[in-house]
Amino acid sequence: MIELTDVHKSFGQNEVLKGITANVEKGEVVCIIGPSGSGKSTILRCINGLESYDRGEINIEGLKVDRDAASIVKVRTQVSMVFQRFNLFPHRTVLENVVEGPLFVKREPRVQVLERGRALLAQVGLAEKADAHPPQLSGGQQQRVAIARALAMQPKAILFDEPTSALDPELVGDVLGVMRKLADDGMTMVVVTHEMGFARDVADRVLFIDGGVIVEQGPAKTLLNQPQHSRTQDFLRRVLHPL
Amino acid sequence: MRGFWHDAVEFFPILMSGVALTIVVTIGSLLLSTVLGLIWAMMRVSGIKVLSMLSASLINVIRGIPIIVLLFYLYFVMPDLGVTLSALQAAILGLGIAYSAYQAENFRAGIEAIDKGQIEAAQSIGMGWWVTMRRVVLPQAVRIVLPPYGNVMIMMLKDSSQASTITVAELALQGKLIASSTFKNTNVFTMVALMYLTMSIPLILLVRHFEKRAGKK
Repeated sequence: MIELTDVHKSFGQNEVLKGITANVEKGEVVCIIGPSGSGKSTILRCINGLESYDRGEINIEGLKVDRDAASIVKVRTQVSMVFQRFNLFPHRTVLENVVEGPLFVKREPRVQVLERGRALLAQVGLAEKADAHPPQLSGGQQQRVAIARALAMQPKAILFDEPTSALDPELVGDVLGVMRKLADDGMTMVVVTHEMGFARDVADRVLFIDGGVIVEQGPAKTLLNQPQHSRTQDFLRRVLHPL
Repeated sequence: MRGFWHDAVEFFPILMSGVALTIVVTIGSLLLSTVLGLIWAMMRVSGIKVLSMLSASLINVIRGIPIIVLLFYLYFVMPDLGVTLSALQAAILGLGIAYSAYQAENFRAGIEAIDKGQIEAAQSIGMGWWVTMRRVVLPQAVRIVLPPYGNVMIMMLKDSSQASTITVAELALQGKLIASSTFKNTNVFTMVALMYLTMSIPLILLVRHFEKRAGKK
């Protein structure tokens, strides 16, 4: 469903993606792991056109991702994004955040959208916060609102950019719980994460990225339990046993 | 002091007609400078090079010309070019243009203060440039922009007195006319000063209110 073919991307002199080829099937959960600065987030940002890429091609169900083309709106309404720092709109209520896209981008009927918005907030366990403003919520709650906002677009896939990295440890579980439920419901997900437990239990496949290339990929359990490449082994050892 | 109150009662109606014009000039040029300032600011942040350069140079030209010269130009030079403006029109136009440069820089600062993550979130749900501005950036920028906007209002109220140089009979000019025909300089200009102050105070309180609100969040 999401196909990347030999994607290259440089920031000035610094080549962060050096030929990424990968695809994500419908209903699949793919986790991207790797050291910081390896280009993980850049891949996600290229997939929904927040970042342009220099060479290669990204297709979403046959639609080419080109951030300068009018079709980018179609890409973005089909592929939602959840950010590390939530990026909720602080001047709008929680419910307004959720329905913003359907109402003002997709122009769906108001009554229907509001109903769906409330249902989604209930789904992420925040029905009673509909009229609160984001700054009044905890990080974990904000991230769950952000997931509801992504879902409200009724996307074909959701990209998660380190969704739990900015959270206090005790709040991580709630967010991962919501994501696990989504995965169980068959949502196509690409997740950049440092949560190896989540990757092992929920992901179908894991990509290990280092230095702008995919060093190793495979079924989650295989890659995380028996990594083949020495760089993968090294990385996992440092993440799992930091002391 | 008795003399002052006597004069005050006598001159009050004439000075009030000046106050009316002062308010007209201030509000007119405030509206114009706001609209123009918004346009310049939007051009500046549009991401389109030609527009942002055009806007930047326009702002610099406007900033580099004294208001009084701009007023003279509009009132005395434009007729030579076939465009005749009334004194009031020239005053509103001149002050509006002059202040649009400051408004634009103020608006731009407000827009650029918005976290980039906000814009990315808007883009990620498919919003285009204009919807992002209207729904996400501008509503948040308003909070930041309001306190300096209030200060501009106060400055414009006072600078509206420059319209007197092109014969707009606003408060300062009315004062000057009365003073030069009665020689009661002290009483007249004290009244004029008090009247400007009276108009400024609500604006000063408004700025304080804006600042409190902006600081709260």
